Amino acid sequence: MSILEVHALSKSYRQAGGDTTLAIGNITCQVEAGEFVSFVGPSGCGKTTLLMTIAGLLAPSSGRVIVNGKEVSGPPANLVLLFQEYNKSLFAWRSVLGNVRFGVEARGAAAPAADAKARKLIALVGLKGFESHYPWELSGGMQQRVAIARALAYEPEVLLMDEPFGSLDALTRLELEDTLLRLWAELKTTILFITHDIEEAIYLSDRIWVLSRRPSQIVQEIRSDFPRPRHQVTTRAEARFMALRNDIYRQIGNQGTP
Amino acid sequence: MRTGKLNGPLFLLALLALWELAAQAEWVNALIIPAPSKIGKLFFDLVLSGQIPMQILVSMKRALTGYLLAAAVFIPLGIFMGLSPTVYKFFEVIVEMLRPVPPPVVIPVALLFFGLGDEMKIFVIFFSCAWPILLNTIDGVRGIDWVLLNTARTFGLSRAKTILQVILPACSPQIITGLRVSLPIMLILVVISEMVGSTDGIGYFVLDAQRRFKVAQMYAGMLALALLGYTLNQLFNLLQRWLMPWQRGRGELE
Amino acid sequence: MNRWRAFNWLGWSSFALLLLLWELGSRATPKLQLYFPPVSRIFAALIDALSAGSIVQHLLVTLVRFAEGFLLAALLAVLFGVMLGYFRFLHGLLATLIELLRPMPSVAIIPVAILLLGIGDGMIVSVTVYASVWPILVNTIDGVRNIDRTLIDTGRTFGLSRWRILWQIILPGASPYIVTGLRIGLSIALILVTTAEMIAGSKGLGFFILDEERAMNSANMYAGIVVVALLGYGLNRLFLLIETRAMKWRHGMMARQAA
Ligand SMILES: Nc1ncnc2c1ncn2[C@@H]1O[C@H](COP(=O)(O)OP(=O)(O)OP(=O)(O)O)[C@@H](O)[C@H]1O
Ligand SMILES: [Mg+2]
Repeated sequence: MSILEVHALSKSYRQAGGDTTLAIGNITCQVEAGEFVSFVGPSGCGKTTLLMTIAGLLAPSSGRVIVNGKEVSGPPANLVLLFQEYNKSLFAWRSVLGNVRFGVEARGAAAPAADAKARKLIALVGLKGFESHYPWELSGGMQQRVAIARALAYEPEVLLMDEPFGSLDALTRLELEDTLLRLWAELKTTILFITHDIEEAIYLSDRIWVLSRRPSQIVQEIRSDFPRPRHQVTTRAEARFMALRNDIYRQIGNQGTP
Repeated sequence: MRTGKLNGPLFLLALLALWELAAQAEWVNALIIPAPSKIGKLFFDLVLSGQIPMQILVSMKRALTGYLLAAAVFIPLGIFMGLSPTVYKFFEVIVEMLRPVPPPVVIPVALLFFGLGDEMKIFVIFFSCAWPILLNTIDGVRGIDWVLLNTARTFGLSRAKTILQVILPACSPQIITGLRVSLPIMLILVVISEMVGSTDGIGYFVLDAQRRFKVAQMYAGMLALALLGYTLNQLFNLLQRWLMPWQRGRGELE
Repeated sequence: MNRWRAFNWLGWSSFALLLLLWELGSRATPKLQLYFPPVSRIFAALIDALSAGSIVQHLLVTLVRFAEGFLLAALLAVLFGVMLGYFRFLHGLLATLIELLRPMPSVAIIPVAILLLGIGDGMIVSVTVYASVWPILVNTIDGVRNIDRTLIDTGRTFGLSRWRILWQIILPGASPYIVTGLRIGLSIALILVTTAEMIAGSKGLGFFILDEERAMNSANMYAGIVVVALLGYGLNRLFLLIETRAMKWRHGMMARQAA
């Protein structure tokens, strides 16, 4: 049994005038436990909508989402969504430690244990020494690390990430990609990742689904079976990496510029 | 430029000196405008004898009870009105009907119900502090980003926990604004209600001094009120810093 | 069609329900009628008082006092606010005095006013002026100080006279702040007028309401409160109306920035 199944999902929004926008056309896919999968697609194609629906924050217009064998009708307990606007999702009134501890507390852990665990995760994302800082005292990359640590502190079986590195500079981005892979290997979480950076998707994932423009559908599934642990320089330099990249690029390019 | 900072206090001193001179030389009727030195001395006597502190204590007990009661009722109501359009609509008309009532005219109603006792003043203060607290809380809740609310949901927070751990802190700056705006209103109304119907309290003290023609005592009472207003403001600032440490240095406070 | 749906049916129903409960509760318990006379009786008292003209006279007295006090305060406060905002030296001189006087609850001035001016219109208008000056003054100072210096310098390079700089740059630039101050001043003026009327008046709505309470005519008292509330509401609406007219340019700008 797959940990996550999406069956013939579609989602439309009601517009202010009364018209409806069809954001997701018809999407079916399955994710196995422990997998790292990505969606790539052009901006505005409905990626955020798709994740929100899977996370039980939006109701599907038709079709079903099944997590761990149970149909999703509200936010499932063992799944967490990391929002695209991470800076808005952090609690301004809690310190770094407080924010990460929130993830543990939300799971229902006792206070002393929560503290130790939060500190460990903060160290794992490389923020040791910043425990008592407030989010607005951190750079964008550091804020994103806090958001990741908080999500992992919840120990979700499935972690949904919406373009988490989209607004970071190139160096921070590479660094965080590796941090994420390290944590994923260690904690054995299932990750569903959204990006519009094709190379990032290939570098991180086991499988990649390419989405069409709105109303979005899966136009292609691609395996990225480079050996792990991967390496920013050597993995990206492989000829097959380039070939895959060009392949996907052409897929998206067929529908217009991404 | 440095010396410019002293201009204000120096000017004030000059003004006081002029006033002193005018009173001593009897350019003005010293019965109506006594010398500041006389007022100052009386003020200290009244403070040391415990009279003024006593009256202030009486007034503050009433004022803070009404104020805190208003906070306890209208912050939660504001949160629910901000969260649910149905709750908002349910109360909207009643609120809009009551809000334009100038608070002092509630005093006669309170007199009718409660007589001259503490409850009368508490009710009046409760009523008049209600609107700034309520409206600011509603604004605050409505301004919360949906990402924040969805974050609470994706972490599986219950509704009660979402309100306590996410909504309340997220809109606390606006709640604080409402409480800050109500603070002078609280002070004004405790004074008014003591002037209109009371036998003690600092408002009564000032009006009573005037009626008995103890003019210096009246001015001493006013001085006490000015100091009280100033102190309350400073205490509020301290409390705000203590309650919302994450706002320190965020540049929003100043 | 849209207005039909936009109308707050729920809110008006809950309000009507409240009045209905009041009416029925009051009729069912005569003992409570001193405190809660039936709504219908309050309404009748209101109609009576309106047609007899007594309450209208009180209303007019209050309105005139309010208007004199508020307008005078606005004039004085804007005048001094502009001066204090523009001339730093002047502000430096008076800042301490302002900081000292402002936190004093303004109603404390009423006994002094009675002492100096006796009981009468002059006293009531004076305390109203005193109290509503503060918010307008402080906001005007802030507004003028927040005007971009380059704006004033621009005026200078165009050779504008001081007078025209005041009218065409400083006042419009500070107007959003001034309007905020005026709005606060308005409700404070209403508070002070009614308070002064209660403490030392023989006319006016504040006096009327307290007097009816003392005479145990609670229906009349509530009728008076309804009239005061209407007055407060009307004044606020009038203010908003004038504001949207006068500040049209600003609303346009804000809409533009939001888009
Ligand atoms: N709340 C909403 N109401 C109406 N339409 C919406 C709403 N949210 C999104 N849409 C529309 O649905 C479509 C998909 O939006 P979505 O945010 O899911 O795209 P996306 O793929 O995440 O884009 P991006 O890459 O820019 O984040 C867009 O056309 C958008 O205009
Ligand atoms: Mg998106």
